Amino acid sequence: MNRTSRRSYTSFAWLGVMYLLTAFALIPLGLVLWFTVAKGLPPALHIEFYTNVFRPVGVPGAGIKQAIVGTLMLVGMASVMAIPAGILGGIYLAEYGLARWAGWVRLASDVLVGTPSIAVGLFVYAILVAPLHHFSGVSGSVALAVLMLPIVVRTTEGSVALIPNGLRESGLALGLPRWRVSLQLILPAAAPGVITGALLSVARASGETAPLLFTAFGNQLLSLDPTHAIQALPLTVYQYALTPYKSLQDQAWGAALVLVVMVLGINLVSRWVLRRQIALAGQL
Amino acid sequence: MIQPPAPVGRPELRTVYGAGPAKVKVDQLSFYYGKFQALHDVTFEIPEKRITAIIGPSGCGKSTLLRVLNRMYDLVPSARATGAVVIDGEDVVSTRKLLDLRQKVGMVFQRATPFPMSIRDNIAFAPRLLGWKPARIKEAVTESLERAALLDEVKDRLDEPATSLSGGQQQRLAIARCIAVSPQVILMDEPCSALDPVATLKIEDLMSTLTRDFTIVIVTHNMQQAARVSDFTAFMLMHPEHRYGELIEFAPTADLFNQPQDQRTEAYITGRFG
Ligand SMILES: Nc1ncnc2c1ncn2[C@@H]1O[C@H](COP(=O)(O)OP(=O)(O)O)[C@@H](O)[C@H]1O
Ligand SMILES: [Mg+2]
Repeated sequence: MNRTSRRSYTSFAWLGVMYLLTAFALIPLGLVLWFTVAKGLPPALHIEFYTNVFRPVGVPGAGIKQAIVGTLMLVGMASVMAIPAGILGGIYLAEYGLARWAGWVRLASDVLVGTPSIAVGLFVYAILVAPLHHFSGVSGSVALAVLMLPIVVRTTEGSVALIPNGLRESGLALGLPRWRVSLQLILPAAAPGVITGALLSVARASGETAPLLFTAFGNQLLSLDPTHAIQALPLTVYQYALTPYKSLQDQAWGAALVLVVMVLGINLVSRWVLRRQIALAGQL
Repeated sequence: MIQPPAPVGRPELRTVYGAGPAKVKVDQLSFYYGKFQALHDVTFEIPEKRITAIIGPSGCGKSTLLRVLNRMYDLVPSARATGAVVIDGEDVVSTRKLLDLRQKVGMVFQRATPFPMSIRDNIAFAPRLLGWKPARIKEAVTESLERAALLDEVKDRLDEPATSLSGGQQQRLAIARCIAVSPQVILMDEPCSALDPVATLKIEDLMSTLTRDFTIVIVTHNMQQAARVSDFTAFMLMHPEHRYGELIEFAPTADLFNQPQDQRTEAYITGRFG
């Protein structure tokens, strides 16, 4: 065999290996989606599933409205707390991050990313639930916000750091203050990465169960009051899946499907809303 | 024409004839990046409403000198300047009115860096943040595009992204963006080095019309360009031992190229080194 054909043979073999491994990595993803859709679709096809709340086993027309509303409230409040703060923090680190203690902020957020979510739940329980003597949506959303914050900070910092220095200088050369250049020129230019990071954090928070166990706690009835216990989709999945009743187990699959679709929906809608900025920044 | 007196000792200090009033007075300017000295004792005067070119081999401190004039070096944490740069009686090096300075002394970079927004918004961006009235902003957009010789090419597509423009158009947009906030001095750091000859020629033509209103300082590594467009030329060189940049000679462009006073200038313009 001459060298050229041996080389192309080797390259071909490696390409094959890569395809195989990629396919292998996709198998679990495909299975998870398949199971969720196959098992979750039957209960999710009934309109009562979205309009009704919990009903005892055997009573027809049970729904998970309280969990859908609860998750939207929990994740919404957590996003309001974590996303603006995280974006500002990330910009600070990227734009002014040479200061000595910026290194500490980075370290802290890296540690926070790796912290088990149940530990975060326990922490919020200690500072917000125990002293006030009751579970609440607020405490649940604080726990979720703590989990979201470091993700938003680090992804924002990463995407702002990729913006060419020339853009910053061009803004400053027009006589604009540094903070306005950071917020109104650099941030929009970094929008695609920043949005992706924010959505990643929303997806992460939407699916978290552990930190809600002893903060939001769960509620079989619909509650719009964030100072009281509140249901969430992952809590529903967790609680119903552990029961011996087939009807509740089916509802758990249905809730899981709703959760997946919801995260996907939030993702698509926010990209669509911000499409113009993303397209402009993509051309830089 | 009066012949300038023969230079004694420091040729850059000879009186420059025909210069008119000075807009920028650079006086014994030295500059440091941390411990590294990048400029040493630069003194010259930039004449008002003329084009002054700064030439010299790569690394001799041309960009550094330019970036002192609008304090762009503030972005480099350890950077420090000593001496004075006086514009309209105000010292740039020590001024606390940084934003006013940068509005007065605009800058155009080697890469055009269009903002990620429409052509119109690229120009309106700064005026809006500066709180101008909408009518004034609208006027500024048309007027600055007109003065940057870009209006005819873009007037039907003002809402398209600036990135859809060609390289030369983007650079003229950068110039329009700069003159929209009414600067008095425009600094250009190798504005044509990424452009083709036709686009370069357009920018050079534009520069000479801009001298009606603006004082222009252009850094270029292209001697022909300096000879073509500038009224005055400063030649810089890195000190062979200390590694800092020095001003070797400053003179009307024709004089500098035809009868350089310093043999290093002569060696450079005749292509013997650099
Ligand atoms: N931000 C910086 N930090 C440290 N040194 C720098 C920086 N910018 C430029 N220098 C150094 O200063 C000298 C002059 O650079 P510069 O002004 O860019 O030269 P030119 O524009 O003539 O090519 C070079 O030796 C360069 O390495
Ligand atoms: Mg340079």
